[in-house]
Amino acid sequence: MSIVWYQIVAALIFCIGASGVLVRRNPLVILLCIELMLNAANLSLVGFSRMHGNMDGQIFALIVMVVAACEVAVGLGLIVAIFRRRLPIDVDELRELQG
Amino acid sequence: MAEVLFFIAAIGAIAGAIGTVGLRNPFFAVLALVCHLLALAALFLLLRAEFVAAAQVVVYAGAVMVLYVFVVAYVGGAQPLGSRSGPGLRLVSILFAGALFVELTIALVGTGLSALDTDGAGFDASFGTPALIGELFLTRFLVAFEIASLLLLIAAVGSVILARRRAGLGPAGEYSVSDILRGDRRATVTDAPPESMLEAGGPPKR
Repeated sequence: MSIVWYQIVAALIFCIGASGVLVRRNPLVILLCIELMLNAANLSLVGFSRMHGNMDGQIFALIVMVVAACEVAVGLGLIVAIFRRRLPIDVDELRELQG
Repeated sequence: MAEVLFFIAAIGAIAGAIGTVGLRNPFFAVLALVCHLLALAALFLLLRAEFVAAAQVVVYAGAVMVLYVFVVAYVGGAQPLGSRSGPGLRLVSILFAGALFVELTIALVGTGLSALDTDGAGFDASFGTPALIGELFLTRFLVAFEIASLLLLIAAVGSVILARRRAGLGPAGEYSVSDILRGDRRATVTDAPPESMLEAGGPPKR
């Protein structure tokens, strides 16, 4: 299986994730779509790592997974804080920074 | 054999991605993402990245998704409002995603990277094993490794601080000085809504 097929699958998953970030209004689902985009980038990195026969891309993919875990922790903390304030969980309603 | 496995895993990954974007209930979207992550781990295995695939299953499909499921259950999965934007914005964003995909595919097909069309470079038996990844993390990529661990610590502390329960968070409600001057019973501190700014001020001093 040539590497270009893996890259095309990664591009397709990235585009699905990008459209999800634009279409959905629930911040939980937007976080999930950001995860999709990060995973597509991971697949692309691992594919290029296989293409070069070099491990650097796999190390990069592992660091991206760490950053994604941090992003999930902070994002879910924000959603819980929004929920505690009894604000609507909807990015169209959450337009103002002031409480 | 590798071709069959690739197509099964790729179709699973794309179906999981479409399910994550399309399903209305956030709980089912999380489950679709778990399917997507498992299929992606199979793709990583086909690319000879054993350790990344194992970390993907254990860290993502295990730990991070459990966090998601807990938060979806806490916030309440089904939102009463429609969870999608209007038809105009939806059309524009789907067109944008399609244009992005066409552009990326043109860039991939028309690239000058001749190695992209091969099965990949040769590799030895230690390619992608935990031993080699651990050695690289402790020698060449030590700074990145330490910064990543520091980032995890900061994110854990920050999310606990963001999500903790604290006083004075609720809506302050309708409450003005003129209400106190009029001696309106309705406006005293005792019947403040729970967890609000008024309640945080404590009971009235007598």
